[in-house]
This record gives sequence, structure tokens and C-alpha cells, in this order.
Amino acid sequence: METIKTDVAIIGAGGAGLRAAIALAEADPKLRIALISKVYPMRSHTCAAEGGAAGVVKPDDSFEQHFHDTVGGGDWLCDQDAVEYFIHEAPKELMQLEHWGCPWNREVDGSVAVRPFGGMKIQRTWFAADKSGFHILHTLFQTSLQFPNIQRFDEYFATDLLVDDGRCQGLTAIEIRSGQMRHFQAGAVIIAGGGASRMFPFNTNGAIKTGDGMAMAYRAGAPLKDMEFVQYHPTGLPNTGTLLTEACRGEGGVLLNKDGYRFLQDYGMGPETPLGKPELKTMELGPRDRVSQSIWHEIQKGRSVKTAWGDCVWLDMRHLGEKKINERLPFVRDISISYLGVDPVTDMVPIRPVVHYMMGGIHTDIKAATPLPGLFAAGECACVSINGANRLGSNSLVEILVFGHKAAHSALEYVRSAGPGNEAALAAQAEAAQAKLRALFLRNTGKESIAGLRKEMTDTMEEGAGIYRTQEGLEKTCNKIAELRRRYGDVALHDKTNVYNTDLLSALELGSMLDCAEAVAVGARERKESRGAHQRLDFSARDDSKYLKHSMAYYNGLEPPRIDYRDVVITTSPPGVRDYSGAKK
Amino acid sequence: MTGDRLSALQVELEILRYNPETDTEPRFQRYSVPCKNEWCILDALNYLKDHLDPTLAFRWSCHMQVCGSCGMMINGEPKLACKAFVRDYTGVIRVEPLAHFPIERDLVSVADDFMDKLKRVKPYLIPAKKRSIEEGEYRQTPAQLTRYRKYSMCINCMLCYAACPEYGLTKSKFIGPAAITLAHRYNQDSRDDGRDERQEEIATNEGVWECTFVGACSDVCPKHVDPASALQQVKIASTVDWYLEHFMSWVKK
Ligand SMILES: Cc1cc2nc3c(=O)[nH]c(=O)nc-3n(C[C@H](O)[C@H](O)[C@H](O)COP(=O)(O)OP(=O)(O)OC[C@H]3O[C@@H](n4cnc5c(N)ncnc54)[C@H](O)[C@@H]3O)c2cc1C
Ligand code: SF4
Ligand code: FES
Repeated sequence: METIKTDVAIIGAGGAGLRAAIALAEADPKLRIALISKVYPMRSHTCAAEGGAAGVVKPDDSFEQHFHDTVGGGDWLCDQDAVEYFIHEAPKELMQLEHWGCPWNREVDGSVAVRPFGGMKIQRTWFAADKSGFHILHTLFQTSLQFPNIQRFDEYFATDLLVDDGRCQGLTAIEIRSGQMRHFQAGAVIIAGGGASRMFPFNTNGAIKTGDGMAMAYRAGAPLKDMEFVQYHPTGLPNTGTLLTEACRGEGGVLLNKDGYRFLQDYGMGPETPLGKPELKTMELGPRDRVSQSIWHEIQKGRSVKTAWGDCVWLDMRHLGEKKINERLPFVRDISISYLGVDPVTDMVPIRPVVHYMMGGIHTDIKAATPLPGLFAAGECACVSINGANRLGSNSLVEILVFGHKAAHSALEYVRSAGPGNEAALAAQAEAAQAKLRALFLRNTGKESIAGLRKEMTDTMEEGAGIYRTQEGLEKTCNKIAELRRRYGDVALHDKTNVYNTDLLSALELGSMLDCAEAVAVGARERKESRGAHQRLDFSARDDSKYLKHSMAYYNGLEPPRIDYRDVVITTSPPGVRDYSGAKK
Repeated sequence: MTGDRLSALQVELEILRYNPETDTEPRFQRYSVPCKNEWCILDALNYLKDHLDPTLAFRWSCHMQVCGSCGMMINGEPKLACKAFVRDYTGVIRVEPLAHFPIERDLVSVADDFMDKLKRVKPYLIPAKKRSIEEGEYRQTPAQLTRYRKYSMCINCMLCYAACPEYGLTKSKFIGPAAITLAHRYNQDSRDDGRDERQEEIATNEGVWECTFVGACSDVCPKHVDPASALQQVKIASTVDWYLEHFMSWVKK
């Protein structure tokens, strides 16, 4: 097997991975950086983010406000030291992107413009039309091209981390074009592999978001933290799950039930705001978890709109007018028309809540270091705990920058002090990873189909681990996932060739999703309270006496994970009540 | 009921298959795929892969016309598979990998040349004077932003290369629409001062002068980037450069 020696290997070339690579290249032009990604960098799912990125810049805003919005929005499950670091770095990172050419929207005086966003009390979301993530990703990718020491390995699929002497020293990856396995020997590894929402049937995520990075770290011994917190976005197109950005509501779109009534006022987010005059943190600009949960209740009460794709409510943007919609929400209009045949200028758009984001992920400290020496993680795959029980919209595009940057510096510091590895031991591990793959390849008796197992997995996740959960439902889902993980051992490949074998990659992705799904379901079963995005019908209140804690899932082979708990870091904001009815006071 | 009019239909797909390990040359394979009326070609391909033939290889990720992965020829035209809808076709739909690129396998084309070209045009901000973070943003008015915004929307889907006759004729020597547009995007950015460096790449024979203004690139572009207009502007600007150099050498550029 070919061995590639590098100082720092980065798995993932989305926003977090690219930011890390650039930070490393800037810090030391002689450092060897291997940027490994299963898709070309600009295909990474960061490109799909529309709304924008939060950072305090305007004089009427303050770090305290951003801090309180984030901690309260996260239902006090955020580590407050991490949030403090995050909000202070946020504007610097966004400014850095400006200096690298990001086409942020502007005020008439040429300064950067900000827009309102759900759950934020003050306008602080930087945006580039309705293509913010796209522009961030392309700006980073293009900027990265000027650094010769960033060596890219595009369309390489990482399979396993190599751990010897108690530290992570590299990985194996398949070169997709040739089907050959490569051994990356690295001083340190940064995982920036993105989210895992594809474990649910109805989601806003691209095909690549299968939790490979999380699963790789988990299998190598690093715990997954707070996996039970899965964010639903209230406004997905009911057939494809395609996201209609929160900016639809930020710009003044409203949610109606089948009677044309703005039902959010019945769920503690009122009083009703005048049409076309959205108010921050009120009604339609409440946080995602609350809004999604309210839609679920309307459906239970029979006040939803019946469509061919299930129960929906209306998103009404007609009063914004064609001009504003074209100017501020052109893409929303475009995809509503092409995928659903509904024009938001003239019609109300049926929408339903859709799985969007994983708050949980690989446990890291505030320096983006995992408990496994030599392994760092950043972006959606990581859980540094700034999102707590519910991420605020427009915080994650900043998180990938702040902690991608941080991971780079931590990894660099680590690499400089780490001794050389045992090459023979690492090579043996790489061989073992290859042998495992070969066995899957050569197996002729497999009875299980990839698509079949995947369907059973996504169905049981929605049924038992969806917006509202119960002990009974979760137990069923846990058992089902355990069963699927066993049956996965018998999965069949139909394609036994080497070049661009997507059958093989789908099988590996399914394995990653099953591992992550089990951590979600078991974590949810064990958390007997309701907090943020984790809502239990049988334990409907938040329980700070028992669960003001992060859950930590440890990999346990074919058995379900061992769950442990860890204290939340509280600095200045003791747990309080989340208030989303700004105007009431 | 909303969505009632969406019915099922049976779609015939004729797909180019090529596996370098087992095939000596590309061939076509027919599939009959049950589709919903609202589906795009990508939905049909995914159904096919999950239920009919797991060996078919194609790229995709976002399913929302923004990641640029799913470019392919559909009935001979370069399209995003997530932006081409089964309802808009009748009869057998022929699906092939993007024209003018080597085939890696099935519908997957080799993107190396495109990636090299993007890099060659130095697609990053080259400011006259670097700013520190503390100095805050470069001021840029909405009007200045408008000058280049359109050209910054390129999703690198390569459709314009598949449509460009020059790129095909010159055996990919021509640096091509998207790369030149990207260079132009930075040239037009009020924060940038790197035009001279980029010009070395794009004002050569393999650069903008290869273009014969067929305009096919802009016709197929799914994001209305309008590479043809970028090319035109670059060409005019390059003519001025050439003129200045040759006839007005006393004038400082
Ligand atoms: C539709 C949508 C809209 C959003 N809008 C917003 C918004 O407005 N504001 C906001 O703040 N956030 C938003 N988010 C969330 C935010 O975009 C993501 O959380 C963030 O972009 C994730 O970035 P990342 O770098 O962690 O991962 P990604 O960009 O997903 O990149 C993951 C990378 O890992 C690589 N990878 C994965 N597995 C492997 C493997 N096995 N081997 C090799 N490489 C691998 C992939 O190739 C890819 O390069 C949105 C998300 C979605 C889905
Ligand atoms: S210019 Fe248009 S067609 Fe060409 S690569 Fe960019 S988005 Fe695709
Ligand atoms: S799948 Fe992303 S552009 Fe079509």
C-alpha cells in the first residue's frame, strides 16, 4: 500500500476543513498539509447554506447579547467558556473572509450589511444574498489555491483512523478513482467531516452527510457528545426536504394553519406581530425547535394542510411582493417553483419540519482537541458545545470558521511536540483496515441490500427519534438499530470493480450512519427530560437537577454504546427560562 | 388537495455505461424507471441505483442546484440532473457524461483539467495593500458589488465546458468559460489589484482569444453567470492592453 507522509491530515474540505488548511498553511509554509475529501471541496455541503453567519459588528449590538441569545437558544446546554471564545472570534473570522473576497451584502456606505435571523435579539447575521454558505465555501476554496503546501486529495474516501501508542497518527483512505487504499501517516489528524442528518428519511442535507467523520472518531475511541440533539428546521419543502431558508421568515414571511391563522401565538411566541413587520425573537422569528414543535402540535390538533406528501402548514410570503422576493429570496422562489410547482409570489407554499443539523458530535474541548491525543475535530462533526440543545441559525457557519482555525493551531502545537511514530505498527494497522475492506468486497453470500437497510434505518429514526419522543418509541428504535447493525454484517455488494465504486462507498456510509444513529437513539432514550431539540412526551419538563449535563457515548463494538455524563460549563448565565415573546414585556 | 396533480409515470432512460476495468468501449443500457411527475432526472437515477442497478456510478450531493456535482448530458444537452425534470421530456431520455471530458466511469467525468484551470487564473483576492483585521472591512458599495456579483455565482458545474465548441476543438487547450469568468470576477472586484497577474494567463492564445463567441456557455449555465459576457469584457480589456503596449508605449499602463 502506498504511504503518504504528512504533518497534518485533514479529513473534510468543507468550510471547517478548508479554514483549518489555510490557517496551517499561513502559520508555517513548510508544513505538509494533506486535505482529504470524498468530494471536490466546492461540492461540500457548506455550499447549501443560504441564510448567513452571525458576528457582532454593529454599534447597537454587543458580545453579551450574542452570548445570551446563544446560551438561551441552546437551553443552557452550551459550554459557556466555549461560547465566550466563539462570539469574540466570530466577527474576526467574518472580517477575514471579507478580506479574502467574500461578497458580503453591503450598506450604502460600503460597510457590511446584517439581517435579522430566528432566535437572535439583534440583527447580526452577515449574508451574501441567499447564498451565504456557497460564497463562504468558494471564497475559502479559492483562497486555499494560493498555498502550495496544501496538498489536496480530492475524491479520497477516509475509512479508518490509525491509533498507536495511545495517539492518532494517521488514517486510511480509498482513492475513489482507482479503488486503491492509501495509508496517510500524519503527525496529527483533524476531522472536519460534516454532519449526519442523512440517517433520517426527510432532511435538508446533501448525500455526503453520512457522519463518516463522527463514526471514524467514535470507533477509534473518542466519545460522541450530545448526539440526541437533532435540529428540525421548520420550513422544508414537503416532497424533497429542500430547505427554504429562515430568511423567508426573517424578511417577513408568516406561518399559517389550514384556517389561515398564525398559530405560533398559541405556543408562547405571540402576540401576533403585524404582517410584514417581523419582530426579533417573536412569532415567526422564534427559535427553530419551538417553531417546529408548534407545527407538530398543529398537526396533532388536525389543523394542518393535507398534501400528497403528508401534513403541512403554509408559509405565506405573498405580501412581500415580487420585487422583494426576487431581490432577497430569489433562490427560494426558484426551488419552490421547480421542485414543487408553487410560486411564492402568488401562492402559499406548503412546508413541514425537516431534519437539518446535528448539535452533537465528536467531543472536543475549547481548543478543538478530542480526548484522543493527536485527534482534533471542528465543524458540524464536532461538538465543542456552543450549540447546546438547539443551535441558533447562523451560528454554525461561524463555528466552522472559528473552530476550524482553532483546530489548526492546536494541531500545529501538538505536532511540534509529538515524537515520531512506530512506522511498522502503523503500516500493520493500515493493512488491517485494507483487509477488512477486502473481506467486504469478496463476500459472496451477503443477503442484505444497502438500500433496504438504509430505508429501515431512516424509518425507525423518524418513528422513534423524531421531533417528539417517548420511552417506548425510543426502545423500539434502539432495538431496531441494534438489529440493523448486526444485519449490516451481512450486507451485499453488487459491484466488485475498483474504479469509482459507489456501491462500496454507499455501504461504508451506511455503516457510519448506523453507528451514529445508535448513539442518537440511545442518548435520547437515556435523557429523561425535555430540553431544546430533545422533546419527550413522557418527560415534558427540563430537569436541571439530573440532566444539566452532556451525554457522552462510547463505542462498544456491536453492543450499544456506553453512556456517561459530563458537567456543563457555566460561567455567567445560570439556567433560566427561554423567552420568545419579546413584545410582551 | 395540494399536489393532487402529481401522478406517476414510467420513464425510459438510456444511460451510457462504461467501466474501464470491464468494458473496452462505452455502451448504452436501457432502464424503465417508475417516476413521480415532479421528479428530476437525479431522482430517477437514485431510484434506479437503489432498486434496479446498484452498479451505476454518478456524482451528486446537494439536490438543490448548488454543489455543481451532477452535470451530465441529457438528450445531448449539458444539464444539472437535479435541475432537469422528467416532466419536460417525452420518449426515451438519453443520459451521458459531460461532453469534452474523458470518462472516468459511467456518468462520472474526469475533472482534473477543469480543476487545474481554475487554479491557473489565481482566483483569489490580490489586494494592493493587505489589511489587518482591526482595520475592518474594505468599503465596497452595493454598486461596486453588483459589478462582479453575477460572476461570483459560478458553481463549477462544468456545463459550459461541455457546451463550448472551442474547448472541444482545441482538445481542452482553451482555458475555458468558467475559469476566465472567475478571473474576471476578481478583476472586477473593487478590493482587488491582481489583474496584471491574471492577465498573463487569460490574455494568451489559450485564454480569451480562443473564444469565438458562440455564446453556448451562457445558454447552458444553470446559474445565469453569463460567462460569455465575461469573456467579451475580458477580450475588450485585453485589446486595450495590447493597444497600449504596442501603439502607445509612452503611456504608462
Ligand atoms: C440547507 C442548509 C442550510 C444551512 N444554512 C445555514 C445558515 O444559513 N447559517 C448557518 O450558520 N448554518 C447553516 N447551515 C449549517 C451549516 O451549513 C453546516 O453546519 C456547515 O456548513 C458544516 O460545515 P462543515 O465544514 O462542518 O461540513 P461540510 O461542508 O458538510 O463538509 C464536510 C466535508 O467532509 C468530507 N467528508 C465527509 N466524510 C468523508 C470521508 N469519509 N472521507 C473524506 N472526506 C469526507 C466531505 O467531502 C466534505 O468535504 C445550513 C445547513 C444546510 C444543510
Ligand atoms: S459558468 Fe455556469 S455553466 Fe460554467 S461552470 Fe459556472 S455555473 Fe457551470
Ligand atoms: S446535486 Fe448538487 S448541483 Fe445537482
